[in-house]
Amino acid sequence: MADSFFSLMDGFAIALSLKNVLLMFAGVILGVIIGVLPGLGGANGVAILLPLTFTMAQQPGGQTSAIILLSCIYWGALFGGAITSILFNIPGEPWSVATTFDGYPLGQKGRAGEALTAAFTSSFIGAFVAILVVTFLSPIVANFALAFGPPEFFSVYLLTFCAFVGMNKEAPFKTVVAMMIGFALSAVGTDTVTGTLRMTFGTESLLSGFDFLVVVIGLFGIGEILQTLEEGLEFKGTKAKINLRVVLSTWAELPKYWMTSIRSSVIGCFMGIVPGGATPASFMAYGVARRTSRDGEKFGTGQVEGVVAPETAAHAAGTSALLPMLTLGVPGSPTAAVLLGGLLIWGLEPGPLLFVEQKDFVWGLIASMYLGNIAGLIVVLTCVPLFAAILRIPFSVIAPVIIVICAIGAYTVHNSEFDIYLMVLFGVVGYLFKKLSYPLAPLVLAVVLGDRTESSFRQAMLASQGDLSIFFSNFLVGGITTLALVLLLMPLYGIVKNKLRAAEQ
Amino acid sequence: MVNASDVRAAFKYKTAELVVATITFVLGTIVMYDNWRIGAGWAEDGPQTGYFPFYVGALIVIGSIANFISGLRMSAEENGTFVEVGQLKLVLSVLVPSIVYVALVGLLGIYLPSIIYIGFFMRWLGKYAWSKLAAVSFGTAAFFYVIFEIWFLVPLPKGPVEALLGLD
Repeated sequence: MADSFFSLMDGFAIALSLKNVLLMFAGVILGVIIGVLPGLGGANGVAILLPLTFTMAQQPGGQTSAIILLSCIYWGALFGGAITSILFNIPGEPWSVATTFDGYPLGQKGRAGEALTAAFTSSFIGAFVAILVVTFLSPIVANFALAFGPPEFFSVYLLTFCAFVGMNKEAPFKTVVAMMIGFALSAVGTDTVTGTLRMTFGTESLLSGFDFLVVVIGLFGIGEILQTLEEGLEFKGTKAKINLRVVLSTWAELPKYWMTSIRSSVIGCFMGIVPGGATPASFMAYGVARRTSRDGEKFGTGQVEGVVAPETAAHAAGTSALLPMLTLGVPGSPTAAVLLGGLLIWGLEPGPLLFVEQKDFVWGLIASMYLGNIAGLIVVLTCVPLFAAILRIPFSVIAPVIIVICAIGAYTVHNSEFDIYLMVLFGVVGYLFKKLSYPLAPLVLAVVLGDRTESSFRQAMLASQGDLSIFFSNFLVGGITTLALVLLLMPLYGIVKNKLRAAEQ
Repeated sequence: MVNASDVRAAFKYKTAELVVATITFVLGTIVMYDNWRIGAGWAEDGPQTGYFPFYVGALIVIGSIANFISGLRMSAEENGTFVEVGQLKLVLSVLVPSIVYVALVGLLGIYLPSIIYIGFFMRWLGKYAWSKLAAVSFGTAAFFYVIFEIWFLVPLPKGPVEALLGLD
């Protein structure tokens, strides 16, 4: 505990340099813009800007600056989602869908300022709780994970992917297909162990495989634009002004909802650490708040509490998703997966050793999370009208510009035109998958983690001479594997239960 | 812009589910086939190259079959409109120009196609005046030139026109 505290203070010294503070504000502002614009979310916004950090990360201390910039874009995007939900009834990000339920009615009643203040403040509180969790829990988890070998790592990956199947009760086989397509994509190209070419079918363009950044830009960027288009070419929204009086009066009201805040923070942190992600967390928190609140029946008509719950949980989940990313190398959300990919590109190996070998980097990042969220709160509270104005730019102007941005982002990953073609292809895939509710998060995670999952599996198999019982060889690895299998089979249990109930009636 | 024929269903959910499940099924078999070809069994020294991806392909195939069956068993009320004709028109009106755009990027570099693409879009869907259109499209290209080529020193694809202007 005391150790963490001193390390954190060192981290603040790094994060508070002039350059890093400027990057923080730049990141947050960019992030809010990205979060507000359709087609540019946290995951693909970070993916597009990642290539710009390649040179930055080569300077001394540059890796810390690069992660501060990118993570602040992430915080900004989390804040930005609320603006579009409340003013335009368009969730800029999937995790702000639940915010529209009460946020938009509030805006309609002319209480947009209140709704926005409540959203931003509870986002901040959710994030703050999650950062505290990250600060004090991650050194413990990392320390624990130092003893992990290949079988343990494989079982953790297995747990991550099985959790996706278990959490998404609607269509487990869609999750399986989406996830396995991600694994297949990551396997394309030269096998790093044997040097054999896999699934390149004689084409030169596929030799280096599919880059996850291109996949993310296509799926989330182009796919989302195509989906937004269905709604038509114009956005109609309410105007919002936030002045100090509104902020203060809303802040005076917020302590009433302390129980909702705590509950939502807990839900958010939990869902962020296990790979559930911010989106289900926000829905869950909204549902719980509706059930427990005294004004439960009035939810959906414009209750401040109905904004507080999903926003707190979404931010808590989005932030705590970085805990498993840093300590185990297993990201809890697509955006965390992109950040993890960034770490790998900069030459850092995420996982328990990061806390030993790259102390400055880790604690600089954690400290910047505190500061970045404060910067975010200041930026969004003062600049809301500005950001709302961005959404008034007609779609016929903004859509082509965003597609050009995505194309540039896809190209700069490897300086290859082929990646731009792939981006469009993945855009169509993303559009179809979203409409048919194939989940995209496990696909992205599988592309990012595919190589690591496979190599830990192979190493474990080498050690055991091909005996699968190595995944049950001791208490730890056996426990994680069993838990994974239980989660995997959970949808089956649901089906059986429903069948039995139907048979009884 | 909305008329009666535009809200008609272009595709229903069942069609979409079955088509996507068929495509993933084909993908899965391709993955299985190619990894079987390079060896998906056990060698003296452990799993062969294709071992892991082969089973990945197998899971895609199994999952696709399950999704296909659940698509077939979809009830009439679940089988709503996947996409309306009017919506599909809008989506295609962005998708088709985008495909032309990325094809042009391969030939002409990023700048000229971007200018044409943004201009085309604003003229066609937004009916903007030529002056506004020129300002936005050239402005965007210039903005990215400054940010990427000058500020971050990241080269973007260039074609014959840039070579002619001596910007290469």
